[in-house]
Amino acid sequence: MTSADFSVILPEILLAVFAMGALLFGVYTGKDKTAPLLVWITAAVFLALAVWVGFSGGGTDTAFNGAFIDDGFARFAKVVILVSGAAVLLMAQDYMARLGLLRFEFPVLVALAIVGMMMMVSSGDLMSLYMGLELQSLSLYVVASLRRDSAKSTEAGLKYFVLGALSSGMLLYGASLTYGYSGTTLFSGIITTASEDGISLGLLFGLVFMICGLAFKVSAVPFHMWTPDVYEGSPTPVTAFFSTAPKMAAMGLFARVMFDAFGHVTHDWGQVIALLSLLSMFLGAVAAISQRNIKRLMAYSSIAHMGYALMGLAAGTAGGVQAMLIYMAIYVTMNVGTFAFILAMEKDGQPVTDIGALNMYSKREPLRALAMMVLLFSLAGVPPLVGFFGKFYVLMAAVDAGYAWLAIAGVIASVIGAFYYLRIVYYMYFGQEQEAGLDGTMNPVLWAFLMASAAIMVVGVVNLFGVEGLALSAAETLVN
Amino acid sequence: MIGLEHYLAVAAALFVIGIFGIFLNRKNVIVILMSIELMLLAVNINFVAFSSYLGDLAGQVFTLFVLTVAAAEAAIGLAILVCFFRTRGTIAVEDVNVMKG
Repeated sequence: MTSADFSVILPEILLAVFAMGALLFGVYTGKDKTAPLLVWITAAVFLALAVWVGFSGGGTDTAFNGAFIDDGFARFAKVVILVSGAAVLLMAQDYMARLGLLRFEFPVLVALAIVGMMMMVSSGDLMSLYMGLELQSLSLYVVASLRRDSAKSTEAGLKYFVLGALSSGMLLYGASLTYGYSGTTLFSGIITTASEDGISLGLLFGLVFMICGLAFKVSAVPFHMWTPDVYEGSPTPVTAFFSTAPKMAAMGLFARVMFDAFGHVTHDWGQVIALLSLLSMFLGAVAAISQRNIKRLMAYSSIAHMGYALMGLAAGTAGGVQAMLIYMAIYVTMNVGTFAFILAMEKDGQPVTDIGALNMYSKREPLRALAMMVLLFSLAGVPPLVGFFGKFYVLMAAVDAGYAWLAIAGVIASVIGAFYYLRIVYYMYFGQEQEAGLDGTMNPVLWAFLMASAAIMVVGVVNLFGVEGLALSAAETLVN
Repeated sequence: MIGLEHYLAVAAALFVIGIFGIFLNRKNVIVILMSIELMLLAVNINFVAFSSYLGDLAGQVFTLFVLTVAAAEAAIGLAILVCFFRTRGTIAVEDVNVMKG
């Protein structure tokens, strides 16, 4: 408990203090009237912290006897989490204000969830893992049911809560077995015990339970049941949030546990994760075909994308972690743009989620249709867009690690998955004529995010904005 | 003599009862909340048993964290359930079905 410890976790402390200050400010002033101001301030704080974390040196610091680790891997994940959180807040503001949903609790809860996520990717101990995960999850349960008067939103919150609590329970049971059979809760201690004495049966049970719990959080098949309902039921800005920052945090935590605590038995858990990855890619690709609701479609799309990210993790090498980080950074960027488009899908001021409403959209809004087409092609992984390079890196990592069968399955799944992305493009460009289409207005903030994201998908082809090198150095701090 | 394995067996049994309580229960969401609580307490028994067996305090510290979080979790679960009841007028599990997935 020295000032050195506190200086390592200063970004998290500042954000937590900010969240509490914002809560007091919201309660003591004009309640929901101050919400737009709070949203802007919170987004600015996220961005400032992202810059600070991103440029704060390259060393590895630990605090509280190793319970909290600040290394290149954590910093990479934190920058992605903070920037995507800020982007989603900015996109949410106008939409929620118009639907009367903008309560001052929203930015506060998002800030608390982000503190939890930052804890997750930095955790070096089973306790800090659990506390970070729960801080994130508890905030997200509330955000999911933010629309208190809507049957769908409260149901989404309830389902998310029950399944999320179940997954936390499994993770915790695994943590208790891991603690019992290794004698310590520190990841560094677990890895020493297990590499000296080999992995005992109890430790293996603990590992499997923890993988189950973490797979719930990244919505990997067969633990994905909550995803479509929660995505559909939550207000759209919240869905946008769910599909970006928490996914990055959960993948970061997954990699953290696997490499820091079980890094010497990569082959044991690699097979389990390869299976999760295979199932996720195929279920995500096949189940989305019958979906007409674009939010449910994005849910299955995110399940499939998590399958690809897990493929990088399954490889169990620094190259695999690098591929996973690149994939997640690209995935988050694509999703921000796609959700900017979905947030602007409205008819007579009411949100529309049916993809049939996009028929002949290109006639009315050629530029927005073009941007959406670029994003959809990128999500499908069509070369030469940036989304293709994300898939390329994970496939390469899988082949290098001897999972050629998984890489081949991944290619097949991405071809199947391309169908439902391209169907939306088909509707936009060659669909049936219809009389009343979507409203033509789009909030300038959303427009900017949509265009910026689409532009990144095209321009990024040149050098991926250097993410490749950053992800490599981040991965090397995690995998020794 | 009651040893570590007896405690682990009790904890495992309670944990499994908790999981079955979530999946087999068709009646009431409150029962699901109780099952979640049961799972977390089973984990606590595990932690305390291991802590005593290993002579290491970390497990008991973990237990206190779990208890605290379980209380927060129950509070949030009940709050969401109250919102759900206000919009739907029921808390039966089979009525949680506006969305099919």
